[in-house]
Formats: sequence, structure tokens, C-alpha cells
Amino acid sequence: MVSGIGCSSRAPGYVDFNTLHTTHGRALPFATGIKLAKPEMTVIVVTGDGDATAIGGNHLIHAARRNLDLTVVLFNNSTYGMTSGQYSPTTPTGAFGTTAPYGNAEQPFDICNLAEAAGATYVARGTTYHAKVLPNLIEKAISNKGFSLVETITQCPIYFGRMNKIGNSVEMMKWQKEHAVTKKQAETMSPEELADKFIIGELCHKTKPDYCELYDRIIEKAQASIK
Amino acid sequence: MSGNIKLMQGNEACAEGAIKAGCRFFAGYPITPSSEVAEILARRLPQVGGKFIQMEDEIASMAAVCGASLAGVKSMTATSGPGFSLKQENLGYASFTEIPCVVVNVMRGGPSTGSPTSPAQGDVMQARWGTHGDHPIIVLSCSSVKDMYELTIRSFNLSERFRVPVILLSDEIVAHMRERVDVGALESLEIFNRVKPACPPEEYQPYEASPETDVPPMANFGEGYRYHITGLTHDESGFTTQKPHKVAELHERLHRKIENHKDEIIETRNYYLDDAQIAVFAYGSTARSALRAVREARNRGIKAGLIQPVTIWPFPDDLVHQVASQVDAFIVPEMNLGMMVREVERAAHGQAEVIGQSLVTWELFTPAQVLSKIEEVFNWITSGSTSDSKPSRTSGALAAATE
Amino acid sequence: MSNSNSSTASQPKYRVLISQEWCKGCGICISFCPKNILAAEGLDQKVKVTDESLCINCTMCEVHCPDFAIQIVPSEANNER
Repeated sequence: MVSGIGCSSRAPGYVDFNTLHTTHGRALPFATGIKLAKPEMTVIVVTGDGDATAIGGNHLIHAARRNLDLTVVLFNNSTYGMTSGQYSPTTPTGAFGTTAPYGNAEQPFDICNLAEAAGATYVARGTTYHAKVLPNLIEKAISNKGFSLVETITQCPIYFGRMNKIGNSVEMMKWQKEHAVTKKQAETMSPEELADKFIIGELCHKTKPDYCELYDRIIEKAQASIK
Repeated sequence: MSGNIKLMQGNEACAEGAIKAGCRFFAGYPITPSSEVAEILARRLPQVGGKFIQMEDEIASMAAVCGASLAGVKSMTATSGPGFSLKQENLGYASFTEIPCVVVNVMRGGPSTGSPTSPAQGDVMQARWGTHGDHPIIVLSCSSVKDMYELTIRSFNLSERFRVPVILLSDEIVAHMRERVDVGALESLEIFNRVKPACPPEEYQPYEASPETDVPPMANFGEGYRYHITGLTHDESGFTTQKPHKVAELHERLHRKIENHKDEIIETRNYYLDDAQIAVFAYGSTARSALRAVREARNRGIKAGLIQPVTIWPFPDDLVHQVASQVDAFIVPEMNLGMMVREVERAAHGQAEVIGQSLVTWELFTPAQVLSKIEEVFNWITSGSTSDSKPSRTSGALAAATE
Repeated sequence: MSNSNSSTASQPKYRVLISQEWCKGCGICISFCPKNILAAEGLDQKVKVTDESLCINCTMCEVHCPDFAIQIVPSEANNER
């Protein structure tokens, strides 16, 4: 399990695998090296919204484009919690952060659309409230032979919740419960109704050859060329 | 199969040397003047069952090299100035978490975009101190195509032996020129592989090292030894710690790992030092012109000698200190405004004059330029070496060359 | 793992095991327990069970606890699982 830097990225310290706590934003290229060197390993990348889509954004889109057989579990709490509450690429417009004292002027990423557009072959979204659904999404992501990303809406009550007056972790989880809709529900709702909602569950699942499979063919071609 | 002479380009020799050393993973990004290493390995690595990947930038390349090495595959990247700067953070990560890997830096005119197709030697301090904080590193320097073959192998051996990143410096001249290399004669070069743990998985402490080596045995990822690695300060268990004595222990061990094994790491090529009155200290492609100049000076009755460090870092302090007690002056020609000259001065401890010679026209030193400096210094010494007339860094024939 | 209260009327079907050490008093389990049998206690607001016999083993507390401090296990008398 490979992670970058941030609250999300402390997770490998609690699991009994080969775990690698790398540099900020670079978990994916580290994981790329591991996967290519030892394809038989299941490689899971744990990252946060800042780690994966700000400093690590370039690596995210390229790893997805290559359809590397990696599973990314992205903790999206819309803030840089470790460094005490700066705004991030997923902080909603107008929301507050220690570096957005007048409200965030920027547009946030839709991480799932971004990953799918870049080439991911499995994309899903879950939340910490929907804790019974999330393991199934992650399990399917791991079994997908290709680039899989599970965005997990998580709560940061200490900074994002406090600064934006959303309340403590209980209220934040209730917010997740009230603002999450399944794909089916979404199809029956008007754009106005969907305005402040987000879709959870499996969002995309395609089958395409993963990078290692493609590179094995290159090795065959190369070795045939020197016979 | 001795006597297998090949005409090879420097970068090609580097790629073939890597394969010979057991490198089976390369991650890189195109950059003049090192791209040929990537191009050749893109074709050659899959032929030997290895893997090549062109990453999205040099930061990613350095990260991928670390990941592959941790998974048990000897890994390398190659770059030049701008890419070398981007790699520093993950290079520091590899140094602090003791990941064996080789980083080839083919130096070009710098800083910034500088001059991609010109030789220079301005990255030697960055090679040592480019990443933040105290950290162990080994840096070698190539002055020939044969070096680019042989020293790539030596770089892998040192990185596997000491679990440290090894930076192999070259420059645009050595990397792009073609020379004959007797590959057969190099067939017998010893290949070293990382020491594996002898204990069973449940007893394995990833960063526990014996006092003799200070190098922890390394279990590769996916071999049943489950453990944790972090770039945070860590103890033997691999998990992070802030305990002051543990923090100090880690830094001291990482320092000792190199410091106590300098005899194994430092290699220099010495010419005519026994009776030398003036010693030229030159590395990389500059050493080629310096050797010719030293020989010509001898023909002209000047007792000159040459120290060519193959190992730039750790710096060969003892040799310089000892030679400083024999010679009147050192001359340090460099394609920069004076970097290793400071180290020579530090190691000489005032026992001999130390005179730098800077060439920053991004042309190669000619033997004549070095010779003119030797003669200038010789004349200055024989006329009493008064401080007010001490030769300067750009004095002598060099000034004429820069017009 | 301590369990501070077991009803005397009948052996409860499920046991609610709480680690006082790991519980940080965030209140998530208390708010999501459908049977409202969890409450905060004392200065630290640590969780305790009010009436274990009402537990229906929905595990809403267990799956939501950020610190793995609460767990539902079948009681010895009930070998449902």
C-alpha cells in the first residue's frame, strides 16, 4: 500500500502489508514503479484531495491514461487537514479555508469525471457515512484489472467543518447522508434538485488491457526481434 | 570473450553497462544530452526481460525508480541539469530510506535552460547537496566512453552495497562522443547484489544494521517480509519516531555508512605525482585535456602531476591532504566558476597554493589552456610566488580564449 | 473491552463491546444508533450502552466509528452467527 503526504496518507501505518509512505503527491509514480517491477503484487494507493489532485494531479491523469493496474482510494475532505485547513482543488467555490479567508474563488475538480476522462477503467464514489457500501466499491476496484479510483467523501470537522460552520463530525456525516444520491435516483431528478447533490456508487466500469499486459507484449516483440 | 572491441557512444555505453550490471528497470524523461540512454534502454531492456517507462516528468521518473527498486529490481534513471533539479526531493527520499538506485546526470551548460548541447560541470555541488538536509550520497564522474560503461556498473554495485543512491556524472562531450571500448575486457567485472535478510519475516527489522556495515539487509517488497517505509524520521522498525536519540542514531548511522567505508568507495587516477611540484586536480572531460597538458609540461621540464577523482563525493580528502605536503601548488581547471577548487583548498589545509581555472564558454578545455596555466603558475612559483601576483581564476591564455 | 451494562430480564442477544481507551467521544455512534441505546458519559463524553437488550446488531455504530472503539458480537447464549 503506497501513500503520499497528508491525513489520508497515514493509513499505511495501520495495515499489515508492504507499506510505503512517500513524498507529497508522488504516491502514484512510486506505485507505478512497484507494479511494473512486480506485476503480481496488488498495489493500492491511498491519497487525499490535495495530495492527488493538486501537487499530484499530473501523476493522477497520467497513471489513469496508462490504465496501470492500480487501485486509488482517495480521501476527499476538501481541505489540507494535516497543515491545518488550507483550501484544496476540491474545496467548493465560496467555502472558507485558512488560505481562503474571503471564500474560495476557484472552481473545484470533479475527481471522478477527471479520472474517467483521463482513462481510468473503474471509477466509483462513496462516503464515510455509507460505510457499508464503501468496502464493496473498493473490493470491485481492486478486482478491476486496470486503473481504478474510489473517491471517498470524508469529513474534516476540525478545520473544514469548523471554518465552514457545518458542525461536528456527526453533522458532517448527516450532510453526506442527505446530499448523496444513487445513479438511479439521480436519473429521476431535475438539474435544480441535483445542484447540491453528488452521485455515489459505481460510476464507470470499462474493460481495457492494462499497462502491464500491454508491456508484456512489447517484451515478446523485443525478444522475438533478437532471435 | 576478451577482445570484443566496440565503437560506442557514451550514452550507449552507459545503457549497456546498466544492463550488464543487472539493471532491469529504467524510468526517464527526454532531455538533451541524455535522451540516448532512454532510447537505447527502451529498445534493449525488453529484450532482456526488463522494463522501460517514459514518465510524465523527472519527479515521476525518480519516484518510479524508487518503487521498482523496492520491489527488487535494479533501477536507473538518466537526466541532465533541469531534470536533475526536479529529481532532488525524491533523491533525498531514496537516500533517507536507503533505496539502491542510480541517477545518471549528463551535465550541460547551466543554470536554467542554459545550453543543452554544450558541456559543463556546474552540477557537482548540487550532486552532493541538491536535496535538503544531511544525507548520504555517492557521486562518480566519467571522463571517457569506457567510464560510462564501467562506472555505471560500479554505480550499481556501490548503490546495492551501501543502499544509497549513486549519482553518475558525465557531460555532453563524454556522453555524445564515440570511442572504442573493449567490452570483452570488462566482462569479468564483479556484479554486487543487495544483501538479503537472514532472519525470518517475523523477526525482520527493516532498518537494523550491524555495526560493521551500518547497512541494513534489504527484503524486497512482495517476498513475504511485510514492513513499513516512510520518509519521516524512523527507527529500526521502519515506523516513524520523534525520540531524539533515535533521530540522532539514524542520522549518525547514515553518515557512518559512507564515512567509514571511504577506502572502498573513493577511487582516483593519479599520474606523475611522486616528484610533482604542481598537481592538477581535474575530473570528467576536463581530465582528458589536463592529462595531455601535464605530459606536455613534463616535456618542457615542469614537474607536473594529475589527480583525477573518479569518486567526486565523498571527496578524496586524505589524498589531497597528503599531496598538498609534497607540491607547491594545485591547479583546479573546471567548466564552472570554481566549485571543487574549494574542496581542494579545504583538504590542502594551506600546505600548498590552490589556484582555480574557470572556463564558462561551454567549450571543452583545450590541453593548451591547461598547459598555459601550468606554465603561468610554474613561473609564479619560481619567481617567489608573491601573493599580489598570484595567478587568478581566469588569467593567462584563458583570457585570450574568451574573447 | 468493557461492557458497562447488561440487562437482567433475559440474556441479551448481542453484546456491545466498547474500548474506553480508543473512544474519543466524537458521538458518531450515538447519533446513528437506530435504537438510541448509546449515550455519552462523563467529562470525556465517552460512549456507554444504556440497554443492550435492545441492540439489533445493525452495526451502524461499528462501521462508522473512526477509531474501531465499538464492536457488536453475538452473546454466548445466542449462536446466531
